Amino acid sequence: MFLLMKEAILNIIPGSPVLSALIFIIVLDIVLYMARKPVHRGIKSISFILKNAMRITSHSVLLAENQLQKRNRDVLLAAGIDATERLMEREFRRVEETLKRDLEGYPAIQRNMAELIAKIDEDYRISTEVPPSPPEWVKVVQSVSIIPASDTMVARMLGEIRSTLIQQEKNALSTYRESTSKRHSMLRKMMPYWRKLSETLAHVDASISGILKRSSHIDRQIQDFEDIRKGSEKAVRTLSSSSMTQFTISGLVLLIALGGAMVNFNLIALPMSEMVGGASFIGPFKVSSISAMVIILVESAMGLFLMESFRITRLFPIIASMDDKLRRRIMVAAFILLFVLASVESSLAFMRDRIAADIQSLRSALTGLEPQEPTQASWIPMVGQMVMGFILPFALMFVAIPLESFIHSSRTVLGVVLAWLLRAFAYLLRLFGNIVKSFADFVMAAYDLFIFPPLWLEDLVKGNKVESDNSDIGSDPEVIKDVITFKDENSVSAEKNDEDGDDTGVFETVKKGKNDKK
Amino acid sequence: MKKISHAFLLFSLFMLTSCFQTAQNHTRGVYMLLDTSGTYAEEIQKAQSIINYLLGTLQPGDTMVVARIDSGSFSEKDIVAKATFDSRPSVANKQKRVFLQTIQDFASTVKGSKYTDISGGLLQGVEFLNEKGVGKKVILIYSDLQEELPKGHVRDFPMELSGFVVVALNVTKLRGDIKDPKQYLDRIEYWRDKVESNRGEWKVINDLDRLESIFE
Repeated sequence: MFLLMKEAILNIIPGSPVLSALIFIIVLDIVLYMARKPVHRGIKSISFILKNAMRITSHSVLLAENQLQKRNRDVLLAAGIDATERLMEREFRRVEETLKRDLEGYPAIQRNMAELIAKIDEDYRISTEVPPSPPEWVKVVQSVSIIPASDTMVARMLGEIRSTLIQQEKNALSTYRESTSKRHSMLRKMMPYWRKLSETLAHVDASISGILKRSSHIDRQIQDFEDIRKGSEKAVRTLSSSSMTQFTISGLVLLIALGGAMVNFNLIALPMSEMVGGASFIGPFKVSSISAMVIILVESAMGLFLMESFRITRLFPIIASMDDKLRRRIMVAAFILLFVLASVESSLAFMRDRIAADIQSLRSALTGLEPQEPTQASWIPMVGQMVMGFILPFALMFVAIPLESFIHSSRTVLGVVLAWLLRAFAYLLRLFGNIVKSFADFVMAAYDLFIFPPLWLEDLVKGNKVESDNSDIGSDPEVIKDVITFKDENSVSAEKNDEDGDDTGVFETVKKGKNDKK
Repeated sequence: MKKISHAFLLFSLFMLTSCFQTAQNHTRGVYMLLDTSGTYAEEIQKAQSIINYLLGTLQPGDTMVVARIDSGSFSEKDIVAKATFDSRPSVANKQKRVFLQTIQDFASTVKGSKYTDISGGLLQGVEFLNEKGVGKKVILIYSDLQEELPKGHVRDFPMELSGFVVVALNVTKLRGDIKDPKQYLDRIEYWRDKVESNRGEWKVINDLDRLESIFE
C-alpha cells in the first residue's frame, strides 16, 4: 500500500520523480495550510479534553485521599483513645489495689497507733521522776543545832539525830535508786513501741507516696487522653509513629510465630498421614497436610480464646464483656482443648519418630546397606520432638498478642499507604495531563513548521512581522470564540473546582491571546 | 473483627474451591517391563537398582508392577510383582519390603526367553494401568528394544497411549549396532514413532544415575 502510494507520488509527472515530489509537497503544504485552523482546533480540543479529564480525576483522587486521611486520623485517634483508656484503667486498678492493700487496714493501723500512743503516754506518766520532799524535821534539827555544844545532852541528841539522818539518807537513796531503776526499765520497754510506731508511720508514708506517684502518672495520662480527644497534631503524630512501630514489631513477631507454626507443621504432617491416609488430596494439597494445618490453626484459635478470656487481648468484645463465671468456663474449656491438642501433638511427634525410623530402615534395605541399630542416644531426638510437640501449641497461644497489635496497627498503616498511593496517582494524572498539553503544543508547532512557507507568505501579505510564537492559535479571534464556547459548555464547573490554580489550559491561553490582540 | 471475618470467608472460599478440585488424581502408576530374552537376562541385576529407586520414590497410594518380557508378554502370568501401596506409610513400607523380596527371588531364578514380545508387554501395561485408574501412568521398558516375535504373533495394532509416558531404560547396543550405529538409532526411532503416533510421550534414559527424570 505504502509502496503503491510512493509510486503514484513519484509519477505525478512521469519521468521526473524530483519534480513530482516537489509538486506533491507544495500541494500538501497548501492543503495543510488550509486545514490548519480545524487541525489546530482538533488538537487543542483533544488536549483540552484529556488534560481536563486528568485534572478532574486527579482532583477526585485527591478528595478521596483527603477523605482517607480524615478516616485514618479518626481511626488513629479512636485507637489512641482506646489504648489510653486501657492504660488509665490499668492505673486505676493499680491504685485501687494499692488502696485496698495498704489503706484498707488504715483504721486498724490508726487504732493500733492510738493504743501505742496511750501506752507510751501512760508509761511516760508513770516514769516521771518525783523529787523527794525535804523532811519536815530538818528545821527542828536546825533549831537544836543552834544550842551551844557544851551541853552534853544536846550533843548526845545531835549525835542520835545524825545517826538517824545517815540511816534515813541511806534508806531514801536506796528507795530513789529503786524507783529510778523502775522508770528506766519502763522507758526501755517503751523503745519497741516507739520503733513500731515509727515503722507504721514509714509504711503509711510509703503507701501515700506510691499513691501520689500513681496519681501523677494518671494525671499525665489524662492529659494525653485530653490531647487525643481534642485531636491535637502532637497526639496524632505520636500515635502515628507508635502505630508504625507496633506494625513493624508485631509483624516481626508474627513472622517468628509463623516459623514456629511451620516447625510444628513438619512435626505432625507425616504422622497425620498414618491417621488420615497419605493418598487423599484436596486440590493440590494432601489431606494429611491439611489436617496437620487444621490442628495447628485450631490450637492457635484455642490460644486466642484463652488470651481473650484472660482479657489480655480484645479481638472478641463478646468474650471480654461476658460475666466472669461464663468467661472462666470458656477459659477452662479452651485450656482443656489446648492441653488435649498439645498431648495429641506430642504423641504424633512420637509416632513421627517411629515412622521416620521405619522409612530409614527401608531405604537402607533398598540401597543394600545393613539397617542401623538404634544407638543409646536415639531417644534424645524422640524426646525432643515430643517436648516440642507439647510446648509449641502453648507457645503459639501468645501469638494472639502480636496478632491483635498487628490487626489494629495495620488499619492505620494500610490507610497511610493507601493515602500515599492515591496522592502519587493524583500527581501522575496531573503530570500526564500536562504532558498531553505540552505534546499538543509541540504537535501544533511541528505542524506550523511543516507549512511555514504559506504562513510566511500570509504574514508578508498582511504586512505584519512574523510573530515569535507562530504556533499560538489563541491569537485568532475565531478560534478564541470556538474554544471559549467549548469551554463554557463542558468544563466551567471543573475550572471552578480547581483549587490549585496552576492550570495552564486553554482558558489562560485564550485569555492571553485576547490580551495580545488588544 | 471485620478483617477476621473477611479472612475466614477467604479461607472458606479457598477450601471450597479446593474441594471442587478433588477430581484431580495424584496417584502414580509404574509398569516396568523387564527384558529376559537372550543376553539381556544378564542385565537383570542392574534392573534391581532401578526397582529399588522406584520403591523408594513411590508414595502411599501409588501402584507399581514389574513384569517380564518373554515370548508372549500379553499375559497376566508375566507379572512378577505388583502392589498398590496402602495410604498408611507404615503398611506401605511393609508392602515395599515384600515387593523387594519378590524381585530378589525372581532375579535369582530368572531364565532367558527365546523371543522378545515388547509390544505385548506394552499393551498389557496399558490395560493394567488404565484399569487401575491412576493419575500419572508410566511404562518403563528395560530392554535393548530389539523385538523378536514367535511365528504367528500379531503385534501390528494401534494402541491408545494418550496420557502414558513410555520410558526406555538402559537400551544396550547390540553387536550389529557397533558395526552399524544406524541400526541402533533406527530401533529407537521405531519405538519413538510407535509411541508418539499413538499419542504417548517417549523418553530414553540410558544414564541410570538420572532416574529422577522418569517422573519429570
